[in-house]
Amino acid sequence: MTLDLLPLETRARITAVDWSRLVVEEAQRLQALGIDLGAIISVAHRGIFSGRDPIALSVGRMTVALRRVHAQAIEVEAL
Amino acid sequence: MTLRSAALVGNPNAGKSALFNALTGARQKIANYPGVTVERKAGRLTLPGGETIALTDLPGSYGLDATSPDEEVTRKVILGEFPGEAAPQVLVVVLDASNLEQHLVFAQEVIALGRPCVVALNMVDLAERDGLVIDPAALEAALGIPVISTVAVRRRGLTELAAAIAAAEERAAEHHRPRTTLTERRVTAHAIAEAAIVSESSRHRLHAKLDRVFLHPWLGPLILFAMLFVVFQAVFSWATPFADALEGAIGWLTERVRAAMPESLARDLITDGILSGVGSVVVFLPQIVILFFFILAMEASGYMARAAFLMDRMMAGVGLSGRSFIPLLSSFACAIPGIMATRSITDPKDRLTTILVAPLMTCSARLPVYAVIIAAFIPNRAVLGPVGLQGLVLLGLYVFGIVAAMVVALVLRSSVTKGAASGFIMELPKYQLPHPKDLLIGLWQRAWIFLRRAGTIIFMVTVVLWLLLNFPRAAPGEDQIDASVAGHIANGLAVVVEPIGFNRDIALSLIPAMAAREVAVSSLATSYAVGASDEEAQAQQLGDRLKASWSLPTALAFLAWFVFAPQCMSTIAVTRRETNGWKWPVFMLIYLFALAYLFAGMTYWTAVWLGLG
Repeated sequence: MTLDLLPLETRARITAVDWSRLVVEEAQRLQALGIDLGAIISVAHRGIFSGRDPIALSVGRMTVALRRVHAQAIEVEAL
Repeated sequence: MTLRSAALVGNPNAGKSALFNALTGARQKIANYPGVTVERKAGRLTLPGGETIALTDLPGSYGLDATSPDEEVTRKVILGEFPGEAAPQVLVVVLDASNLEQHLVFAQEVIALGRPCVVALNMVDLAERDGLVIDPAALEAALGIPVISTVAVRRRGLTELAAAIAAAEERAAEHHRPRTTLTERRVTAHAIAEAAIVSESSRHRLHAKLDRVFLHPWLGPLILFAMLFVVFQAVFSWATPFADALEGAIGWLTERVRAAMPESLARDLITDGILSGVGSVVVFLPQIVILFFFILAMEASGYMARAAFLMDRMMAGVGLSGRSFIPLLSSFACAIPGIMATRSITDPKDRLTTILVAPLMTCSARLPVYAVIIAAFIPNRAVLGPVGLQGLVLLGLYVFGIVAAMVVALVLRSSVTKGAASGFIMELPKYQLPHPKDLLIGLWQRAWIFLRRAGTIIFMVTVVLWLLLNFPRAAPGEDQIDASVAGHIANGLAVVVEPIGFNRDIALSLIPAMAAREVAVSSLATSYAVGASDEEAQAQQLGDRLKASWSLPTALAFLAWFVFAPQCMSTIAVTRRETNGWKWPVFMLIYLFALAYLFAGMTYWTAVWLGLG
């Protein structure tokens, strides 16, 4: 399942990231924020408009916002 | 070697700015790094020995591989590669105690450079609030450099930190540690954080609870709009007494100059030129300060990132991100604070696009112009219940501006400012109460930037305008304005604007309106020899005169022109500062003039074709 489909408040592990779908800076920024292979994340909030975009992720003790297009490049497995 | 300089480095949201403010006090200088639009914050730090050194607050960074202009500056300055900037002798690595694992990733990279380093374990109070207890000694042992616990806002650990900075340089320079990969650093960071965290309670953190409210699907937007309503209410009602007082002070000053100096051109230059011109810009200071108070408070409290999160989808529709929302909204009060607030937009292309469309938001200086024209030309009749035609036209002008901004943003984003956006990947920082001192320093800096513009470029333009309006001197019996250079420019301009229905008086009013848009009103009042001194009577009288001499299509075209109102020099001046050059302000000027001309023309021609004139 890709990250954009992960239900709210469900802990999941990132199993694959299709870096080619992201711009270099975006990929680097995600990695710098710890959103990378093996990271344990959960979706804390979703946006208010249709498509519920963007997405707020809990990563460790941080909350990180990203867009659905980024989430679609990230494969996760629920824990 | 004597110690002369140190710099704060660390992740964004590590509390660097608060620490910097606490260490340097108000003794700081804000400027741009040459050639880029990244802010350079420098101040003086007093060491325990009494000597002072230069302290810089480097832009927040996630790593030495730069993904933004900010990070590029940080990397270059640390490595001593920034032209004209000596590498800081001591690096103070600022870590957020409650986000240790994440922040240690970049910290390792900095420490590995082998330069004199100190770690400031910052915001330990917030970590303790979250039930996190950290052992600085364990951290010190793991990192091999001194670790000082600090709470910037309570001034805890500041002397110890200053002492550690003084001592750092004396330690023998270390050898470079081997360069590691991101994954290695992350594994090490995890291990170090694990070892340093003494206890971690699982109680719900405050910010998670607050987020549940502020990011709630319908409560969140409701709170956002309620808050914005309060902000705008405050900007317009709180600012009025201060603006009136400023206006009064300028009036008083004018009177004093009139009384003290014999009648002469020099006196006129001071009173009618400088005081009234610079004065008409300076009266916006209270609005700008109040608006920035709220913007800075929202930024410092962590709410700004939430507002950006809520509005991101909407802004993404025109190729921008949620971060552009607040700057654009601020531009409804005045484009100057709006453009200055774009500093929080990390992506340079997003930021540039936001700056370029900000003047399309209907600022408060356009209201007096709209008010006079609408009152004179739009019949005051009800359309739908309590909704009047005049109000509807005013609303229409606001909407027109917003739609124009959206279209322009879309076009720019796919042409001039094209490029893959770094999208909207950002950390939502922890909530914290803004510290009054930090707010005051921020407010002072913003006010100072504005006043310095008023004192330099706006002053110069005002003098030039006055010279244009007063030279050459008119022969006896001849009208001064007709004889002046401005009069001749207006004659030339009149030919250009005639096709869009503007007469020479309008052309002439556009010249002094460069000082502030609403000056067009008083300029028209002069042209139509309106004598009333009181503002309301003046507007009423001016309306009557305009109605007698303008056709309806001309009035409508004039309104359409002011939706774009390209002639505000303060906006141009602040754009020059924020984009670090003349290229973008000139581009902005040209595109705004082109659109103003086009839409005023279209309005005029359509109105004439419909037989309204």
